[in-house]
Amino acid sequence: MTGQPLLEGDGLHKAFGPTKALDGASIAIRAGEIVAIMGPSGSGKSTLLHCLAGIVRPDSGHVRYQGAEISAMTDGERSALRRTQFGFVFQFGQLVPELTCLENIALPLRMEGVRRREAEARAAEWLDRLDLADVGSKRPGEVSGGQGQRVAVARALVTRPRAVFADEPTGALDSLNGERVMRLLTEAARETGAAVVLVTHEARVAGYSDREIVVRDGRTRDIAREMEEAL
Amino acid sequence: MSIGQTFLGLLESGPRHGYDLKKTYDDRFGHARPLHYGQVYATLSRLLKDGLVELDGVEPGEGPERKRYAVTSAGVSDVESWLASAEKPEPYLQNTLYTKVILALLTGRSAADLLDVQRAEHLRLMRELTRRKAGGDLADNLICDHALFHLEADLRWLELTADRLDDLRRQVRA
Ligand SMILES: Nc1ncnc2c1ncn2[C@@H]1O[C@H](COP(=O)(O)OP(=O)(O)OP(=O)(O)O)[C@@H](O)[C@H]1O
Ligand SMILES: [Mg+2]
Repeated sequence: MTGQPLLEGDGLHKAFGPTKALDGASIAIRAGEIVAIMGPSGSGKSTLLHCLAGIVRPDSGHVRYQGAEISAMTDGERSALRRTQFGFVFQFGQLVPELTCLENIALPLRMEGVRRREAEARAAEWLDRLDLADVGSKRPGEVSGGQGQRVAVARALVTRPRAVFADEPTGALDSLNGERVMRLLTEAARETGAAVVLVTHEARVAGYSDREIVVRDGRTRDIAREMEEAL
Repeated sequence: MSIGQTFLGLLESGPRHGYDLKKTYDDRFGHARPLHYGQVYATLSRLLKDGLVELDGVEPGEGPERKRYAVTSAGVSDVESWLASAEKPEPYLQNTLYTKVILALLTGRSAADLLDVQRAEHLRLMRELTRRKAGGDLADNLICDHALFHLEADLRWLELTADRLDDLRRQVRA
């Protein structure tokens, strides 16, 4: 790997009581690349994503964003990093039910201090881009699962983050809607130059990535790279 | 793939030359594996012999490309019954991957490694097909999706097998 990775987890360990969720996991993400994290249920995929995103603090090991150690940051610095550099898409339950879809997309901008008019104008561009023109004024409870996930994608990208963390973003969708979400998410990420860390156990979803890392029992394996090096 | 019935179906919209049939077939169904001329003319002469097509005209000159073919009513019935009949689902019981896994376990080699390598290879192809879908039309997406779902089925089998390797090893070597 040449140059400094955008985001790097190195020798990560994390235990929840007696459970070793991560047991020496390492991963490096370059700017703009889409990396799938795959592996069986309970293998530590979400924990790895949470460590990389600065949501969970590993017991040992390093997480570096553009070379800076995330665990050395204060809570305030870490949440500022999440707000300004990262975007998040989860399986469900991430939209604020009281706000309209447009307001939900505008929310990360509002939290950065962007004025309402401008925030909503920028959010509206994302509505168009993600084929959501008719749902802007609806609340999350009034839209379909696929539309809700596209709203979540728009909200994750509206701040033009450097990295998007997506944990099973299509887990609750049927094939057709899942495809649509993946296509729009990856196209938008490529256009804005955002890297995507994509946790999924579905191979068709991983098909949208540039490469995959497999997690098993809290340890990572980069098989494609091992195969290359073995040549 | 039944080339004969596909030709008959293509001829339903009007008589065509062999070359034209080949080209249309390749464009729609060839998917980077075009028909050989030998296949085209062998198929047409069989259809002719069976009365499923007839010659619609032969232009002066030499060579098979002078002939124009039309579908007969027997030919139309043949396509119709082909389309109406179910394809036999393939049971896939003679699978190389299965053989490799069992052989690895029998010989004390790492079955987990071979499954990991296979996953990487499957995903490589799935990425290629996913990229191709982004540039293709809906008909092309349909054939890519067919391949993608089958590759995904292989991978689901592979993950399930990987999770069962310890038990499997005990049984196989008992
Ligand atoms: N907050 C927590 N408290 C206790 N145990 C946890 C916690 N988070 C994760 N674990 C445990 O750590 C292990 C790894 O969990 P993780 O959620 O990372 O797995 P995963 O690979 O994302 O699984 P899935 O595919 O089911 O989402 C599991 O055994 C899980 O039960
Ligand atoms: Mg998880």
